[in-house]
Amino acid sequence: MDSHESSLKSYFLVFFALMALTALTVWVAFMDLGMMNNVVAMGIATIKGLMVMIVFMHLRHSPPLTILAIVVGIFWFAVLILITMSDMWTRGLLGFPGK
Amino acid sequence: MSELVSRVQHHFADAEQQYESATFGMWVFLVTEIMFFAGLFTTYIVYRHAYSAAFAEASHHLDVAFGTFNTVVLIGSSLTMALAIAAAKQSKQRSTAIYLVATIALGCVFLGVKSFEYAHKFHENLFPGANFVYPGPDPAHAELFFSIYFAMTGLHALHMVIGIGVMSVILKETLKGSYNAEYFTPVECAGLYWHFVDLVWIYLFPLLYLIGRH
Amino acid sequence: METETKKKRVTYLNVAHGVKSWLFTVDHKRIGLLYLVSITLMFMLGSFFAVLIRTELLTPAGDLMSSDNYNKMFTMHGIVMVFFFLIPSIPAVLGNFLIPLMIGAKDLAFPRINLLSWYIYVIGGCFTMWAVITGGIDTGWTFYTPYSTTASISKVLVPAIGVFITGFSSILTGLNFIVTIHRMRAPGLTWFRLPLFVWAHYATSVIMILGTPVVAVTILLVGLERGLGLGIFDPKLGGDPILFQHLFWFYSHPAVYIMILPSMGVISEIICCFSRKRIFGYGFVACSSMAIAMLGFLVWGHHMFVSTQSTYTALIFSVLSMAVAIPSAVKVFNWTATLYKGSISFEAPMMYVFGFLGLFTIGGLTGLFLASVGLDVHVHDTYFVVAHFHYIMVGGALMAYLGGIHFWWPKITGKMYAEWPARIAAVLVFLGFNLTFYPQFLLGYAGMPRRYHFYPEEFQILNVFSTAGATILGLGYIMPLCYLLWSLRHGKDAPANPWLATGLEWKVDSPPTPHNFESTPTVDEEAYNYPVTPAAEAQSV
Repeated sequence: MDSHESSLKSYFLVFFALMALTALTVWVAFMDLGMMNNVVAMGIATIKGLMVMIVFMHLRHSPPLTILAIVVGIFWFAVLILITMSDMWTRGLLGFPGK
Repeated sequence: MSELVSRVQHHFADAEQQYESATFGMWVFLVTEIMFFAGLFTTYIVYRHAYSAAFAEASHHLDVAFGTFNTVVLIGSSLTMALAIAAAKQSKQRSTAIYLVATIALGCVFLGVKSFEYAHKFHENLFPGANFVYPGPDPAHAELFFSIYFAMTGLHALHMVIGIGVMSVILKETLKGSYNAEYFTPVECAGLYWHFVDLVWIYLFPLLYLIGRH
Repeated sequence: METETKKKRVTYLNVAHGVKSWLFTVDHKRIGLLYLVSITLMFMLGSFFAVLIRTELLTPAGDLMSSDNYNKMFTMHGIVMVFFFLIPSIPAVLGNFLIPLMIGAKDLAFPRINLLSWYIYVIGGCFTMWAVITGGIDTGWTFYTPYSTTASISKVLVPAIGVFITGFSSILTGLNFIVTIHRMRAPGLTWFRLPLFVWAHYATSVIMILGTPVVAVTILLVGLERGLGLGIFDPKLGGDPILFQHLFWFYSHPAVYIMILPSMGVISEIICCFSRKRIFGYGFVACSSMAIAMLGFLVWGHHMFVSTQSTYTALIFSVLSMAVAIPSAVKVFNWTATLYKGSISFEAPMMYVFGFLGLFTIGGLTGLFLASVGLDVHVHDTYFVVAHFHYIMVGGALMAYLGGIHFWWPKITGKMYAEWPARIAAVLVFLGFNLTFYPQFLLGYAGMPRRYHFYPEEFQILNVFSTAGATILGLGYIMPLCYLLWSLRHGKDAPANPWLATGLEWKVDSPPTPHNFESTPTVDEEAYNYPVTPAAEAQSV
């Protein structure tokens, strides 16, 4: 029953942490940090996401195979975005129309 | 024990293999969901990169208060979902049902607020298409922003609707006494799905509501 | 068991009767057969369009149909053949049937989801049929924007919904395979003892679950733009049609590997059996499947070399595309090395394998032409491209599918097909195929663009060759349909292991019992432990 009690406790802890981070991300959004605004917003979202996955979705008790599946998913997510963006970043660098 | 045996389908060797297959299968499904939303996030990033000023301007037409409120509601529903699974694991069917009802209710609150927001946008002529009227500069790119806004939040809301449907089935089965400490796999899998939908919103909220607010 | 007391053995085929017993079955073997019937129907539909296309191209003038109708013909041919035949073909039929048998499991991990995937496929197919009946679609199978979203007046939404729905069938099949292969292997069946067919399907499933959702959401966005007026890819709003192409090809290029990887698995099985040898370089063949699956995701931009895609990105895509040739070549070399000093026999499945090796190699090598940025500008959107991908999809995937159907036909139906007609059909398919598509390489290089229904007179002779070849090819497809159906009634009963092949699927009776194995088998040897002598076989059964 101990593990049950402790997991209940961790659920509430994570819930309050998520609340705090939500408040933080809204508060930070109204400050001018330049480029850092995006980085901070995504950083906070990622911390929140990890907390949801690790505690709420029981990733801490999951077999390594599950973690591998998630890593693969996120990796190809990044591949799609990065390679597509590599096109957007380098378009128009050559001096003729359409390239 | 007989209850346990009858719950194992014929092609599995034992309950553990069945449980592990089901949860792994659910995670693989969530990976496909990641890739499903990846297409949308890529679209968002490409256009935000190209038209960042117009996007920030258009984003100001969304209400941060509603967005924040919905974030809180959705995270709350994730908590009740996690508690429902914990209760199901303990064979506490009554509290499982209560937490599931709370989850469904919070999900409905989220959708209610969302539909209110949508109605407001329609009213303001901010839905893309022939009737789109935008007061600020650069209306074309703002229309692009609202196209993406409706596509992303609309598909997220569709996932919520499906999730509420799934929860209702789980609730019905819980009330019939189908789940106990030996067998709670469907509750667990439905929970994984629900948390994932929450996870998507955690990213959508800053990306859509909180850009260029200073 | 009861089986012994009854006169007739209980098999998955005769355990229950009636339409209901098929429509509500959760047996992976029966679902495989449901898929077999439905994809065969779709293949016939797709072939019907091909016949019309080749007939139109017999003469330089566009005399059989209008330009608009011709646009619809090649579009429907592409959509039906790609999404409803080639992608499900080997995985959904042979993979469904064989993977549990090969890994010593009683069923796939999620039998009901397996049935669901078939229903989803059928619903998607119905939407497509509906589109065919109500006037067709003319965007090309690629649904390129902005033509598909704003310009086309044909019914784009209906087949788009069909493709969207069918995508989920593919996702669920892939999910089922991955979980099954991870969680349901028999004791002792370690990863590197798995048949290469299973490895190939594992790699395929990875592509299915990672790629298909992206094309689903892309087509959904096209639908939202066309149906609701959201302007995601609309150039008027600053939207980027090239973004659509990125998203589309992120799936649709790997989709080619969804077609070819399972066929490579089939080839590995058959080639070992009929050269009576262990496969040369098992680990390399297995890992090259995974390498193809991974590299396949990094090359999609080679479809966009003549678009406004940045030249720098195009160069990277070009290099990566050429890299795919490495694991593909590893496979071809290893199959060839497997033949070396084997005792080769020429049963019909092996004839298809030899056809595959030649045609796939030609298809793969011409792929390198197309992967070169400079050369691609010359042959882009010509018949060179058409010939190239038909060498892979038809010469590769379809040859292997037919080979696999012949190889496992005794296991699936419990009947032997007639050997000589099968060999003749294999030769006809090979000759007909080459006569159809080789001239198209020449046409394309000479500059004949694809997707036009009329052409200059100097191209006619090669087009006549091509249409003549298509006729032979059609005959080669009709023959198996006839003699395989004939064998159901008149064929000899098949023994458990007619080819003396290795693998767990040959250790159970033909056709298998409803639950495949009386007791879970254990595996204590490597895959492809050839040769299997008749004496040893008699002992094990």
